Amino acid sequence: MDNVKTFYESRLKSFLFGNREDYGLIVKVMLYLLLIAIGFVYLYPLLFMFVTSMKSPQDLLNSMIQWVPSEFYVGNYTKAFRVLNYPINFLISAFVAIVPSLLQAGVASLVGWGLARYRFRGKNLIFVLLMATFIIPAQTTVIPQMLAYKSLGLLGNVFSLVIPALFGQGYRSAIFVLIFYQSFSTFPKALEEAARLDGASEKEIFLKIAVPSAVPAFIVSIIFSIVWYWNETYLTSIFLSGGVSTLPMQLSKFVQAYENLYPPGMVNIFDRLNEAVKLSGTFLNILPLLIMYFVLQKWFVESVERTGLTGE
Amino acid sequence: MSQVKRPISHRQREARSGWIFVSIWVIGFLLFSLVPLVQTFVFSLNAVTVTATGISMDFVQMANYSRALLTDPTFVELLIGYVIETAISVPIVLIFSMIIALLLNLKFKFKGFFRTIFFLPVVITSGPVIQELTAQGATKVAGLADSATIEVLLRELPNALRAPVQYLLSSFILILWFSGVQILIYLSSLQKIDRSVYEAAAIDGANAWESFWKITLPALQTTTLINAFYTIVTLSHFSENKVIKYVYSQTYAVQGGIGYASAMSFIYLLALVVILAVITLALSYSARKSR
Repeated sequence: MDNVKTFYESRLKSFLFGNREDYGLIVKVMLYLLLIAIGFVYLYPLLFMFVTSMKSPQDLLNSMIQWVPSEFYVGNYTKAFRVLNYPINFLISAFVAIVPSLLQAGVASLVGWGLARYRFRGKNLIFVLLMATFIIPAQTTVIPQMLAYKSLGLLGNVFSLVIPALFGQGYRSAIFVLIFYQSFSTFPKALEEAARLDGASEKEIFLKIAVPSAVPAFIVSIIFSIVWYWNETYLTSIFLSGGVSTLPMQLSKFVQAYENLYPPGMVNIFDRLNEAVKLSGTFLNILPLLIMYFVLQKWFVESVERTGLTGE
Repeated sequence: MSQVKRPISHRQREARSGWIFVSIWVIGFLLFSLVPLVQTFVFSLNAVTVTATGISMDFVQMANYSRALLTDPTFVELLIGYVIETAISVPIVLIFSMIIALLLNLKFKFKGFFRTIFFLPVVITSGPVIQELTAQGATKVAGLADSATIEVLLRELPNALRAPVQYLLSSFILILWFSGVQILIYLSSLQKIDRSVYEAAAIDGANAWESFWKITLPALQTTTLINAFYTIVTLSHFSENKVIKYVYSQTYAVQGGIGYASAMSFIYLLALVVILAVITLALSYSARKSR
């Protein structure tokens, strides 16, 4: 009888407090509570934004309505869509994000391969300079570039953002060079030697052996680069000034753009600019990235492992 | 090119191929980083005025620098604010991302789901989005930042402490939002620690708490330094950074101009380098002490 009792006691104990194989119920519950609580704090701004953006002007004034709007209202979105000039600015944003990213990844792969596979003097200096380009804020290099583009007539043109990327000096290029450097460093030397014995040129080795082996590095670099270029507003607002504008740029002059479309004195009180319209604009701004994130989430959250970025 | 074959060693050929691969970056560095950097420095020593045909410069020695540091109250105030905010944010980001990484390194269901949540902010943090969210009060810890108790407490604090605490309360979520990449980097380092070390420690009678301080933390030292660098640089380059906004506004201002803005950017760069150096020294000092 006593044996049975202690058996159940120990079963209960390990069920609640865990044993060597399992954490036990209490630890698990606490873990999930903690993660859910932090997750909520994390997502709070997004939830707030989404809920507010669905509120009609009446709901906004009603202090009873906090989290559940009284009706399904998309009026804010139709306004924000017009104010952001969505279709055109979306295409510009996409171009500004995608084209430099592809070029940047290509150049970074060349440089990363060169640094990882060849011994030459001055390599350490290049690493130091790479770190320097990562640290130095854009403010210290952007004005002369802007003046140069101005004299070339490229200011306000998307190519002013494409050209630096073409030379590996795009936004955060140094990180991508390091990603490729890490990824190529683990590439087996024997494969390269065998190809060289078969008479392959350096170019062929790079294109036919190295590039196919680095597909994960390419994918990770390109998607991160797209996200960072999309969200970058300092360089874009300087280089594109007086020309086209991206979605984030349009968002930063939202009030002005709204009042051009809906002049404050001309529209009725419900069409005045309110926070719901602003947050709809914000949501429309991040929507393409959210979609991209949920489609490619595995690539984002496993990026560090897949490219071995932290190294050994 | 003539096809005369000079005897060239394997080593030389290798070096040449290497340089060919990196040459495009070197050219780019000279054109888009070094030359503009030097030009900006020259601007910072001049009073620069934009004319119809280009720019005209008037050499003023260090006047722009002394104006920024000695007579412009806004810039110095913003710069001090930047240093304080960085000093607050970086430890928070590091500790928070380490805790999250430790949690995500445990075995439980729906791990992928939580990873997806904690990485999400990386995808959406752009200047205008953050600015809009902050303006609408979405980034405050709900109900905490503006509660009456906190207000009374804030009033009791000395001036020097009030601003940092206020900053912490009003942008707590924002600070956490800068932890996404760091969580991933910590997580991948944690996964590289050999499980058998923990088992050996457990056999010797170490509990989880001791293993964390004696095994996990020392193993994460290099990673912490990488993360600290990444955090500082990201925060310092962020387009909503007040110093950056001020420099930007001065670039086009009549009173300021390109010369003055250039001088301020160099001071800012110097401050950033000093912060990085201090962090590196502090972390490597604590590493030596713990060994």
